[in-house]
Amino acid sequence: MFAQLLSDIGSLWQKYGTVYLNGIANTLILATVSTLIGCIIGFLCGILQTIPCGPNENIAKRILLKIVRILIRAYVEIFRGTPMILQAVFIFYGLPYFFGVSFKDIWTVSIIVVSVNTGAYMAESVRGGIMSIDPGQFEGAKAIGMNHWQTMLYVILPQTLRNIMPQIGNNYIINVKDTSVMFIIGFSDFFAVHKMVSGAVFKYFPSAFMEMIGYLCLTLLASFLLRKLEKKMAGKPDYELVNTDQLVMTAGTYNFPSDAGSPFDEMSKDYKGEKK
Amino acid sequence: MSDHILEIRHLSKAFGSHAVLKDIDFTVDQGDVTSIIGASGSGKSTLLRCINLLETLTTGEILFHGQDVTKGKINQSAYRAKVGMVFQSFNLFNNMTVLENCMIGQQKVLKIPKEDSRNKALYYLNKVGMAPYINARPDQISGGQKQRVAIARALSMEPEVLLFDEPTSALDPEMVGEVLDVMKSLAKDKMTMLVVTHEMSFARDVSNHVVYMADGVIEEAGDPSVIFTNPQSLRTREFLKRILAV
Repeated sequence: MFAQLLSDIGSLWQKYGTVYLNGIANTLILATVSTLIGCIIGFLCGILQTIPCGPNENIAKRILLKIVRILIRAYVEIFRGTPMILQAVFIFYGLPYFFGVSFKDIWTVSIIVVSVNTGAYMAESVRGGIMSIDPGQFEGAKAIGMNHWQTMLYVILPQTLRNIMPQIGNNYIINVKDTSVMFIIGFSDFFAVHKMVSGAVFKYFPSAFMEMIGYLCLTLLASFLLRKLEKKMAGKPDYELVNTDQLVMTAGTYNFPSDAGSPFDEMSKDYKGEKK
Repeated sequence: MSDHILEIRHLSKAFGSHAVLKDIDFTVDQGDVTSIIGASGSGKSTLLRCINLLETLTTGEILFHGQDVTKGKINQSAYRAKVGMVFQSFNLFNNMTVLENCMIGQQKVLKIPKEDSRNKALYYLNKVGMAPYINARPDQISGGQKQRVAIARALSMEPEVLLFDEPTSALDPEMVGEVLDVMKSLAKDKMTMLVVTHEMSFARDVSNHVVYMADGVIEEAGDPSVIFTNPQSLRTREFLKRILAV
């Protein structure tokens, strides 16, 4: 049985190998680009939702912020609350009704759908990430005269990004898998290749077997790389004291005179430790 | 009037119906080292936060060189850059190194070029004895070191007044000394400071002005030698008896 399966996979690969690889490439490009755009959307929404709005701000600003918050809320609820496969169909076949022109470019529609979807999830992650930053960080920035945007850009968002890195990774892996629903509008991703090939040669199981292995490899590789990235973002685990800079005084750091040696120094004649 | 750096007039602050500060009046002059002492909950920290506009006051005004900073006409960021603040919990930026912490405000708020801001940051880090640690991140150094960096960060902005909100309260006893030493050297350099503190030795020996607060009002204010040896108010006397006995 295994021999049969292996030979079937072998023949499939020989005939359609490049098609499968092409599908993998499309899947990866769509997932990566959409996750990046989704993150940008998420950060924008998260920032807009956390603009401070005290009772003594002027009334126009308060009303405007209120409207922005309601719009973001609606966006998040709609795109989080409906299936992505349906959103793809909805947008792909719906846009021609409103804009006259048909949305011919499947890539554009696919990227829009997946990005907007990721953005909806990321908006909440970013909001949570910003809220979890110690209020002292905001106060520290305010106290040296930074305005809200400077505080966000230089102090809060870098820390938020680091904190929500696991969620971004999560979303990326979900996207690698869930872009497979884009076959519904004719996007030729990895899964669409399976549909096409197995339909042509009727080898459903061998093809599905390959797809399973393929997707698993992609996601395992992705989580490995994301872990690496996370570690890199955490910064160096140690630091070095600086005393070569001319402006840096080395007060308090005392170099023991090397030629005199100490009783604990093996090179010294005063060395009192064990001699071998 | 204009020779006062800071003048607080009839300042009141209420959280809901709870009045925390009631009709506070006092002035800070060039070179003053003012200690604000008092029991927990007496409004000391709130007063300091009001002065730095981290809290909005209910009524009253804060004059900085004779100009009211609470009325929105003056640029709040510019005012805050001139009035530095050191917090109980340090509030160093966790995503930056010690050096970057001391440079970011200069570069972004004061628009000082990178090289100059670096030199100034190093100068003040040197002053607090933290220059060798410029590449460390805040989570890699001790509490006392963090507070010294926080002081250097505030000094790098070259403020006219420095506010200290219980700078040693979050520190282990053995680290209190290093921070107080830095503050003492600043006092010697005639830095204008306003210090909320529980360190009575600092209030008595270093500051030249002591304000005792109780229940949101200034109970007694004056020269430390008078307040510590011959307090006029009964509450001041009792507070000092309690705290100095420990």
